[in-house]
Amino acid sequence: MNDVWWAVLATCAGCYALKLAGLSAPRKVLDHPGVQRFAALVPVALLAALIAVQTFAHGRSLHLDWPRTTGLGAAVVALLLRAPFLVVLTAAAVVTAALRWLAA
Amino acid sequence: MEKSTRSAAIRDGLGVGVAVGLAGLAFGATAVTSGLSVAQACALSLFAFTGASQFAMAGVVAGGGSLLAGTAGALLLGVRNGLYGLRMADLLGVRGRRALPIAHGVIDETTAVALAQPDRESARTGFLVTFVSLYLVWNLTTLIGSAGTSWVADPAALGLDVVGPATFLAILWPRLTGNDPQSRTLRLIAAGGAAVALAATPFTPPGVPVLVAATAVLAVILRRSR
Repeated sequence: MNDVWWAVLATCAGCYALKLAGLSAPRKVLDHPGVQRFAALVPVALLAALIAVQTFAHGRSLHLDWPRTTGLGAAVVALLLRAPFLVVLTAAAVVTAALRWLAA
Repeated sequence: MEKSTRSAAIRDGLGVGVAVGLAGLAFGATAVTSGLSVAQACALSLFAFTGASQFAMAGVVAGGGSLLAGTAGALLLGVRNGLYGLRMADLLGVRGRRALPIAHGVIDETTAVALAQPDRESARTGFLVTFVSLYLVWNLTTLIGSAGTSWVADPAALGLDVVGPATFLAILWPRLTGNDPQSRTLRLIAAGGAAVALAATPFTPPGVPVLVAATAVLAVILRRSR
């Protein structure tokens, strides 16, 4: 079994354990205001970081991939127009693919 | 329970479950583009079943980064499901052995639907309908997306590499665009998290920058508590 499989299995086991831990946690933990605040805020930081890294990072270097960045811009426009979730994703992919096709 | 609130919960659950579940196509495609096999993509959807962590794992594999950091990043993203669980424990009222299957469904979408319901019974209905419909659709579309993409010579030519970031943006968007102080704080945290991650990228293995971004939350909490 290769290393990627081990990482996949560890992710599966860990993600399930985290879900179960929350449901089974003692009440005292739930009522702590620091826990509640962290729970509300941390996904925002992590998801924003993922957007930035997956758009601009290639390994350890940063670079501007115009088709991908413009595709993300198309997603922003779709969101501003209150488009449904799937339309947002489709707009991003179509714009990115079209720009790459034009550049090729 | 009112019949109307129950059917509203079912409608909400099915709507979210099917619409978000279809994004499994994006995950399947992203996973295979990143270098995961179809079986690995399907294993993640079946057993990890939490989109952000799954995309994070795929992103690290794509960047050729440290798998240890990638797993840590995926788990840190999974921490919020544990925190949702803290909130949902009361609402769902499951303890002991009955919590084992239910726990697998405690994620962003099921929590959002459950908390949007007016009473406890419809919250449970909303949770279950979202969980079941999302689980079925997400796993089916992961299989279709990953198997389909492995036949496509160059997924980047189809723009599939932008689908991951666009998915996160669409999930975050409603929380960032309000005019209230909470939305302003969230915008600050989002900008801080993105900036910290990009700043850390040249100096750390792929996967680590996203972990480091959590410091943006600590900075804001510490500043506010002073």
